[in-house]
Amino acid sequence: MTTLVIAEHDNSELQASTYNTIAAASKLEGETVVLVAGHECQSVADQAAKAEGVDKVLLAQAEFLEHLLAEDVEKAVMAQEGDYSHILAPASTFGKNMMPRIAALLDVQQISDIISVESEDTFKRPVYAGNAIATVKSNDKKKVITVRATAFDALATEGGSASIENVSAGSHTELSNYVGEELTESERPDLGTARVVVSGGRGMGNGENFEMLEQLADKLGAAVGASRAAVDAGFVPNDYQVGQTGKIVAPELYIAVGISGAIQHLAGMKDSKVIVAINKDEEAPIFQVADYGLVEDLFKVVPELIESL
Amino acid sequence: MKILVAIKRVIDANVKVRVKPDNSGVETANVKMSMNPFCEIAVEEAVRLKEQGIASEIVAVSIGNQQCQETLRTALALGADKAVLVKTEDALEPLAVAKTLQKVVEQEEPQMVLMGKQSIDGDNNQTGQMLAALLGWGQGTFASKVDVEDGKVQVTREIDGGLQTIELKLPAVVTTDLRLNEPRFASLPNIMKAKRKPLDEVALADLGVDTASRTETLSVENPPERSEGIKVENVAELVDKLKNEAKVI
Repeated sequence: MTTLVIAEHDNSELQASTYNTIAAASKLEGETVVLVAGHECQSVADQAAKAEGVDKVLLAQAEFLEHLLAEDVEKAVMAQEGDYSHILAPASTFGKNMMPRIAALLDVQQISDIISVESEDTFKRPVYAGNAIATVKSNDKKKVITVRATAFDALATEGGSASIENVSAGSHTELSNYVGEELTESERPDLGTARVVVSGGRGMGNGENFEMLEQLADKLGAAVGASRAAVDAGFVPNDYQVGQTGKIVAPELYIAVGISGAIQHLAGMKDSKVIVAINKDEEAPIFQVADYGLVEDLFKVVPELIESL
Repeated sequence: MKILVAIKRVIDANVKVRVKPDNSGVETANVKMSMNPFCEIAVEEAVRLKEQGIASEIVAVSIGNQQCQETLRTALALGADKAVLVKTEDALEPLAVAKTLQKVVEQEEPQMVLMGKQSIDGDNNQTGQMLAALLGWGQGTFASKVDVEDGKVQVTREIDGGLQTIELKLPAVVTTDLRLNEPRFASLPNIMKAKRKPLDEVALADLGVDTASRTETLSVENPPERSEGIKVENVAELVDKLKNEAKVI
């Protein structure tokens, strides 16, 4: 049995989610092969080759793979000749976008967003926004799986010495073409992998008030997130959203500021190790999951907190 | 341009789901059911494209039991022209849904399929992508903006780092994210009108699609409980607890 992990990267760096996916793959029997498909991405393959748990790296390079469009990644994966028992990718927007295409073409029912590997064919995954956990057994010959990164601790990123093999990159489909990107520039750590996350909700009142949270985040070396309510109100961009349909985070410390704690938000953060809630409404559901709750006006508390750190 | 909108009937988003005591699934008896919120956004987008004169006809399709008629009537009241119910008592997996929709697409020949990026029950986020692959079409998933022009569609997508814009050849599959639009409410006259719009039924068995389950759900359990913590009085106490008790700062 051999597992193929499809690497998420930006053509220069391997994304943290790929290391978590390799960790999930290492819980399965047999070898782990990582496919790096992209454009001028030798450095990504070099990083993958050094990662603990990786036995071999396949490098598929072509200009049309620069933006990893789903249709092209599908072709690149389908061009691989190895016989893989399991194909894994992170359950990020990258993996969610392209992986079901591969599953459909292999005639396999994909298992999405697994949080544990129970055996070679049985996995646990959250359903209903994390309000229930299903244990699912796949009867397909091949398993196509996306992995919730926060559920698997990454293995060492250095020390390995897997071989790198150049392989076919497939062909450009012309079905879809890249036009542009607006990426949020930030000096802060990535929301998905930060050790500390400071999130704001509707209680922040407006986008300007998020500056206060940014100051707090800088004191803590934290990433800044938001609830869906805050994103829908236009306070911050969509990529700040933590929740069922946004990012799933599980930092050491999660500080929820002015967030009521809707089910869909809790689904994205309740696996955090320590949760702090600051809200003036003591009935807010967020307090039911918080380790430390402070019932107080956030506009009084946050400046004090910044001051005392 | 003809648009096909695929919709799913799910437990209403405001219902707190309960796991059955025998761990076989979640309680669905006497639970309010509604159109999946992402599907509502897909219907709304189709209706807006029709209002802009870009879409000429909107066909809503759902797969499920007789009660799905209600959900389809809602879509008709929101502005779909015609509905198709593929009837089955089985709960289909995303791959089976995609194969079934593929058949419907072959019959209806739309230029675009609009659907939600995920349903809020299974949270799979697969069907649109699978359908696109089976049809050999391009896809624009997690759309926050859709512009149709000259036989092409530009889709702005919500991705982890921000927004990405791609251009797809038509026909294509577009799946909706939350911020694509705000769905309207159906007006009473439109609800009345919807009752007279065509709603065709076809038995799933008659489509000749292999919809056998590929997976078994061995159990469905409650997530691990998070015990309620303590309330602190002030910032000083909070900082003290985080430093000395939780040791996270």
